[in-house]
Amino acid sequence: MDLAIRCGGLVKKYDRVTAVDGLDLSVRRGECFGLLGPNGAGKTTTVEILEGLLQPTSGDVEVLGMRWARDERALRQRLGISLQETHLPDKLTVEEVLTLFRSFFDTGRPVGEVLDLVGLSDKRGSWTEKLSGGQKQRLAVACALVSDPELLFLDEPTTGLDPQSRRQLWDVVLGFKSRGRTVLLTTHYMDEAERLCDRVAVVDRGKVIALGTPAELIASLGGQQVIEAQLDGAVADGELSALPGVHRLSRAGGTVSLAVEKLHQTLPALLSLAQSRGAALTQLSTHQATLEDVFVTLTGRQLRE
Amino acid sequence: MRTDPLWQLTLARLRMFFREPSAVFWTFGFPLALSLALGVAFRNKPPDPVAVGVWSGPDASGSRRVVEALRGTNGIEVREYYGPSTRDLSTGKIALFVRPGERLEYDFDPTRPESRLAREMVDNALQRASGRADVLRTMDHPVAAPGSRYIDFLIPGLIGMNIMSGSMWGIGYVVVEMRTRKLLKRLMATPMSRAQFLWSFVLMRAAFFFLELPLLLLFGWLAFGVGVAGSLVLLVALSLLGAVAFAGLGLLVAARAQNTQTVSGLINLVMLPMFIGSGVFFSTARFPGFFQPFLRALPLTALNDSVRAVMIEGAGPRAVAGEAGLLAAIGAVSFALALRLFRWR
Ligand SMILES: Nc1ncnc2c1ncn2[C@@H]1O[C@H](COP(=O)(O)OP(=O)(O)OP(=O)(O)O)[C@@H](O)[C@H]1O
Ligand SMILES: [Mg+2]
Repeated sequence: MDLAIRCGGLVKKYDRVTAVDGLDLSVRRGECFGLLGPNGAGKTTTVEILEGLLQPTSGDVEVLGMRWARDERALRQRLGISLQETHLPDKLTVEEVLTLFRSFFDTGRPVGEVLDLVGLSDKRGSWTEKLSGGQKQRLAVACALVSDPELLFLDEPTTGLDPQSRRQLWDVVLGFKSRGRTVLLTTHYMDEAERLCDRVAVVDRGKVIALGTPAELIASLGGQQVIEAQLDGAVADGELSALPGVHRLSRAGGTVSLAVEKLHQTLPALLSLAQSRGAALTQLSTHQATLEDVFVTLTGRQLRE
Repeated sequence: MRTDPLWQLTLARLRMFFREPSAVFWTFGFPLALSLALGVAFRNKPPDPVAVGVWSGPDASGSRRVVEALRGTNGIEVREYYGPSTRDLSTGKIALFVRPGERLEYDFDPTRPESRLAREMVDNALQRASGRADVLRTMDHPVAAPGSRYIDFLIPGLIGMNIMSGSMWGIGYVVVEMRTRKLLKRLMATPMSRAQFLWSFVLMRAAFFFLELPLLLLFGWLAFGVGVAGSLVLLVALSLLGAVAFAGLGLLVAARAQNTQTVSGLINLVMLPMFIGSGVFFSTARFPGFFQPFLRALPLTALNDSVRAVMIEGAGPRAVAGEAGLLAAIGAVSFALALRLFRWR
C-alpha cells in the first residue's frame, strides 16, 4: 500500500511527562486522517515530530517515503503545515504574508487564488493584527496551502471558529483532498472528524486507543443509539447492562451511557426499572452514537471537559 | 509568479519597521533630537570676563583711578567693596581683590589659574594706565580651529551610537520576539533558507544605514556646520563595517534568549559599557591608563575613533586600518558564533 506517513514506536519524553508513548500510525496517500483526542493527549507533539520540527526520543518516521535526517530539503518543499499557534507578523498585510510564504517554495499556487479559496480576498490589504481570530486561522491555513503541497498538516484548524467559518474551512480541506492529496489533521470536534476524515485514530495519553473509519468506530460500540441518564439511588451497573438491547455501558461522572440497538426496546425497560427501584431519574437524553461516545466508552472521560 | 525569498524577507523587515512609528522615532528622530539638545547646550560662547574686586577704602581718589582703569579693559568685570576684605574671594565669586594705597596690594589664591590670570591682566592694565610703555609691538590673531568644538566631537559619536543601538535592538530584539511568537518555528516549517533569513536582517540594517548616516551628517552640517574633513567613501565604508559588526553581535545576543526580557537585559549589558567607555559623549582618554587596552578592544570605540579621525582630522585608509580590521574581525567572529548557537525554535 502506498503510504504518505508511516511511524512506529514513537516516543517523546519531556522532563516529567511522556507526551507520546509508543505511537504507531500509517496514513495512506489520498486520505484525510484525523487524530482525535482530549487536551494534552499528545496530538501536537506527534504532529510536530512528523513535521520534522521536534526530535522524537525514540521511534521511526517516514514521510512521503523519505526521512527527515536525510531528505529535509526535499520534504519541506512538498509539505504544507499549519501549527496550532503562530502569530504571523502584525504589521504585514494578508497578501504580503502569503507572498512571503509563497517565495520560499519552488512551486505553488497564485496568491490570489489561495485567498479566494479561504475567503480572505476582501481582506487582502488588511494588516494581520486587524483580522478576527477566525480570519487569522484561515490565513494560517492559506500559508500552508500556498505551496500546493502533497501532504497537508493541520493542527486544530477550526478551534475557536464560528460555524460558518468552520464549514468554509471544511470545504477547503475536502476540495484539497478531492485532488488526490493527503491530509493529517488534529481536532477535538467529533463532527469535524466524522465529516472530514476517512480514518480516525483516537489518541489518549500518548497512545492510539482506537483506529478505523468513523463508521467502524461507532459500530464498535455495538449499538447505533445512545441513552444517557442520571439515576440516583441504587441501580447497579449489572442491572442496567442486563436491560434488553444494551451493548455497552460506560460511566462518566454521574452519567451512565448505554449503547443500544433500538431505543423503543430499551427505553421502556429502563424507565420501569427506575420506577420499580424508586430511583429518581434526574436527566435522560438519547442521541445517535458519535465518536464522542466511542471516546467515553474507551476512557470513561469526556473528550472536552 | 515566484519572487526571490531574500528580497521578500528583506522587504517584509523594512515594511514591519516603517509601520511601527515608535521604532522609526527611536532610530531617526531620537539621535537628531539628542544632537540638537547637546549641540545647543555645549555651543561655543565668547570667554566669560574675569571678576575682580576693588576696595573703595580710605584712598578714595586712588580707588577711583583703579576702577576707571579696569573698567576700560577688555575681559575684566569690576566690583567695588567697602571693606578691606571680602568672603567673595574665598567663595570664588571674584578671582582677585585689589587694595589701592601707597602700593597696590593683590589678594588672590595662586593655585587658581583664573586668579593668576586675573592678577597679570589687572597688573598690566594698571601699570599701563600709570604710563608704562610696552617695548615690543605685538598683534593678536584669534583662531577658531575647525573640529575643536564639542558638537564636532559629538556627531561622530552619535553616528557610532546609532549604528550600535539600531543593530542591537533592530536585530536582537526582533529575532527574539519572532521566537516567542513561534514565528521562527513556522518559518522553519517551510523550505526557507536559514542563511537568507539572517541575511535579510543584515540587508535591512544596511538599507537603514543609508538613510541614517546621511540624515545625521546633513543635520550636523546644516545646524552646526560640522563637516567631513576626510573621504566620504571611507566614512561610509567604516560605518558599514561597524553595522556588520553590531549586526553580528545583535544576532549573538538573540541566539539563545527565549523571551524579550532576557534579550533586553543582554542588549543593555552589552551596550552600557560602550555608551560610557567608548567615547560617545566624552573622550575615552578620561579613563585611567589601566583601562585603555580594554576600551580600545570595544567595537564602538573602534568605530567612534575611526569615524572621528576621518571626519575631524581627515585621516586616510592607512590611519584607520587597525580599527577597521578590529570591526571586521568582531563581525566575522560574532556571526560565526551566532550561527552555531542559534536556536531556531
Ligand atoms: N515543551 C514541552 N515541555 C514539557 N512538556 C510538554 C512540552 N510540550 C508538550 N508537553 C506536554 O506533553 C503533553 C502533550 O502535549 P500536546 O501539546 O502534544 O497535546 P495536544 O494533544 O496537542 O493537546 P491540545 O489538544 O491541548 O492541543 C502535555 O501533557 C504537555 O503538557
Ligand atoms: Mg495540540
